[in-house]
Amino acid sequence: MASLFDINLFALFGQLLVGLINGSFYALLSLGLAIIFGLLKIINFAQGAMYMLGAFVALLALKFMGVNYWFALILVPLTVGLVGVLMERFLIRPIANEDHLYSLLLTFGLALIIQGSFTHMFGSSGLSYAVPEALKGGTKLPFMYLPNYRAWIIIVSVIVCAGTWWMIEKTNLGAYLRAGTENPQLMQAFGINVPLIVTLTFGFGVALAGFAGVMAAPVYSVSPDMGSNILIVVFAIVVIGGMGSIGGAIITGLGMGVVEGLTKYFYPEASNTVIFLVMVIVLLLKPAGLFGKEA
Amino acid sequence: MKKTNKTVLSAVVSGVIAATMACGAQAATDGQVKLGVLADMGGTYADICGKGCVTATKMAIEDFGGNVLDKPIEIVSADSQLKPDIASAIARKWVEDQGVDAIGGLVSSAVSGAVSKVNADTKNITLISGSASNTFTTKTCNPYNVHWTYNVVALANGTVKPMVQAGKKKWFFITADYSFGHALEGMASKVINENGGEVLGHVRAPLGTTDFSSYILQAQASGADVVALANAGNDTVNALKAASEFGLTEQMDVAGLLVFTPNAQAMDPASAGGMRLTSGFYWDMDKETRDWSKRFEQRHGEIPSMIHAGVYSVTTHYLNAVKAAGTDESDVVMKKMKEMKPNDFFARNATLRPDGRMVHDMLYVEIKKQEERKDKNDIYKIIKVISGDEAYSPMQPQCNFS
Amino acid sequence: MNNMKINLFLLALALIAPTVLYPVFLAKVLCFALFACAFNLLLGFAGLLSFGHAAFLGTGGYVTGYLMVNSGLTPELAIIVGTLAGALLGAVFGKLAVKREGIYFAMVTLALAQLVFFFYLQAPFTNGEDGLQGVPRGALFGLIDLSDNLVMYYFVLTIFIAGYWLINRTVHSPFGQVLKAIRENEDRATSLGYDVNQYKWLAFVISAALAALAGSTKTLVFELASLTDVHWHMSGEVILMTLVGGVGTIFGPVLGAGFIVTMQNYLSGGELGNYIHIIMGAVFVVCVLSFRSGIVGQLMKFKRNNF
Repeated sequence: MASLFDINLFALFGQLLVGLINGSFYALLSLGLAIIFGLLKIINFAQGAMYMLGAFVALLALKFMGVNYWFALILVPLTVGLVGVLMERFLIRPIANEDHLYSLLLTFGLALIIQGSFTHMFGSSGLSYAVPEALKGGTKLPFMYLPNYRAWIIIVSVIVCAGTWWMIEKTNLGAYLRAGTENPQLMQAFGINVPLIVTLTFGFGVALAGFAGVMAAPVYSVSPDMGSNILIVVFAIVVIGGMGSIGGAIITGLGMGVVEGLTKYFYPEASNTVIFLVMVIVLLLKPAGLFGKEA
Repeated sequence: MKKTNKTVLSAVVSGVIAATMACGAQAATDGQVKLGVLADMGGTYADICGKGCVTATKMAIEDFGGNVLDKPIEIVSADSQLKPDIASAIARKWVEDQGVDAIGGLVSSAVSGAVSKVNADTKNITLISGSASNTFTTKTCNPYNVHWTYNVVALANGTVKPMVQAGKKKWFFITADYSFGHALEGMASKVINENGGEVLGHVRAPLGTTDFSSYILQAQASGADVVALANAGNDTVNALKAASEFGLTEQMDVAGLLVFTPNAQAMDPASAGGMRLTSGFYWDMDKETRDWSKRFEQRHGEIPSMIHAGVYSVTTHYLNAVKAAGTDESDVVMKKMKEMKPNDFFARNATLRPDGRMVHDMLYVEIKKQEERKDKNDIYKIIKVISGDEAYSPMQPQCNFS
Repeated sequence: MNNMKINLFLLALALIAPTVLYPVFLAKVLCFALFACAFNLLLGFAGLLSFGHAAFLGTGGYVTGYLMVNSGLTPELAIIVGTLAGALLGAVFGKLAVKREGIYFAMVTLALAQLVFFFYLQAPFTNGEDGLQGVPRGALFGLIDLSDNLVMYYFVLTIFIAGYWLINRTVHSPFGQVLKAIRENEDRATSLGYDVNQYKWLAFVISAALAALAGSTKTLVFELASLTDVHWHMSGEVILMTLVGGVGTIFGPVLGAGFIVTMQNYLSGGELGNYIHIIMGAVFVVCVLSFRSGIVGQLMKFKRNNF
């Protein structure tokens, strides 16, 4: 079926587009991780759980408070971000001066607790969240039928990623942030409240995961293990992009989505593994990742 | 210093002697019936056979009277985590260390296979209710396997055959990439080919895939009449969701080959309504099933899946056989179980064949559309009853343990 | 001398333990203890955090299992071949990984282990998700039947002691001293003329071989090899075992393995079964937040070199 001349070009375009949509999620999630690691040097293993939390908060807010999708897009990242702020302030800060391994272990433990609690409360069958009325339906492209909501995912994700990148790399706020995390003592001496910046940065990184969760709720089924499935892939993406490189995480996220999409066309069984193959090759040829700076 | 070492050494030696003496393994034929329930407490199949399977077993024991052979029936339960290694370890501990006589529940073919291996070695009974693979009564059959509820053969015969005969000849498979999915696809392909249909292709999606969109696109490009989902649980729900999103449900039929009631509830009625499938049980079939299901719902909070009902049924049958045999010795009990006809709200026109396969009436059902539903539990309408002989394949001679 | 007494006491305890506790459970603890010790050789004494050690545990298990099912080798030979297979894989992975440091080392090992996982998932002889079931325990040297759990336990105990002794010897040998020197200050070790990567590589191979030995033994105990052993969760679990017990201490990983396995064993049955993940998570959070004292010192050293 897949000999070179026999490839159905239309089908291939379809796969590429679908890959790009998945890549949008990867980009959002890896962006959050990259911010938290790049600026704070915290390895947040709970990022997947926060993504799941985002989807659940959206679902519960709709069910119990009638909060619709559009409000959820704002409300959920704030809620999840708040959880992140509390997590940083009361759990991660006490071990801020310890080895990075501890933050990894701590967040891993937190992820287990959060995921376990949700499984306990909601079971493990996925729950569904309806696509908002305005984004229902789809557009017939020459090579495939593109659901409107999927197109929306790509657009929103690109805007959010680009905006975040711009804020951190190009604005004064971003400059404070980078300086505050790179040389805390000096910034403290300038009268900048560094611990507050750290807490807010963590909250922001986590809020991105919550945002991705709301975006995902209408297309994937909302289930407690949705975060753990995606977490390790997102980690790999951050590493391939170069740990701490914000732009690298975004571009690699989108790129890996496409690579995965192609794999699903040619050799679907390997689609979960191809990212790790890329990771091995990249790390062997370019140890600091595609966009990372050599230490 | 030397003296201390000597004391320690003598302690070691006496320890070894004590250990060797204590090693006589206790036999399970102690007249004390102890049941083990191995379920998935927190995984993908927790809603299908998790705590509910323990509840169903407890109900069976209580309804039986709580005692057999003049002793109270004991029950232990554990979480298999859907992993064969954990299942095997727990089963071994139960039968070797805690005197468990029979192990039930058993969702996921990998788990059931592991437990069945242990039980075959130790001569204890495996009461499989949750697994789909037909291997337990064919390739890996042994005298202590009892397979209740359903299997891949019944699903393929029940769901696929009527569709092919109705003129849906060209099929494409989206298959869960592990042994259960392969077995289901293989069995369904066989039925399709035998009835004059053809399989155009298949795509194997890793277990636990959340985004089926690329597989749906491949199915769309195949030009098939029917896209069959040879998967289970969340995989089926997610695949159907993507199918409706990408407009596949409007171009082709989608056939869910294994759908449990909690999954059917999770599906959007707009895309799932009208889908036909095969089930071993439906709670709202008649008064008997309703009565039991209401009692179950009161205790468990949700309506029973076919596996819950199957667990109750097989436990009851096992206890009846122990009572009739007057012993918990596995060989005698197995013989009795196969002699006696299972008959309750679940097991209709049922026999337990010498190979351990319980053959009973299966249901061919259709998922109701939104406007047909009275409430959230009102999900199927029964199209027809499939007789057991029509649904299940005949016994293989090498598995005849009569 | 005091050490000697403690060791003898522990040995005595291990010898009489099966009178009280279920031998298969004890054998499992020993297998994981050996696995954790092997892992700790790398993390605690060479300062290398591998996130892919499951690949070696699983390889040992699958190779030994395959041989026991298909070749009719006696168990001790199957275990030796399994261990060698792990060592070989470790030699290849080590070559690729030791050039990298810190988190990148961890990520290379993780990625390689994922490729190994994919191989075992797809290779026909492993039966994928079903696992390699019904592996016979066989007869040791063709003479001693291992199907009795108690005999099996003493066999595992012997293997564990041998592995433990080997690790102990390695750590205290000149080779081990150099490893520690590298862990403390890699540049200084280089400037003293040591081929640092060569030392790291050798430590990696020994660690991989012992992890495979643990996997081979475990397969015999449970008569089964499965994907659980090659999954990245297992690589995470062994880190947890080691950390809970104490990184860089020789006996720490044994305690850690015992603690984690016991907890899983206890939680998987009974009413608390539903809470297994929540409780595991809580234990780690509590450990990290307030129970670090025994292991902090080691980690600080580790930190200076790696991050």
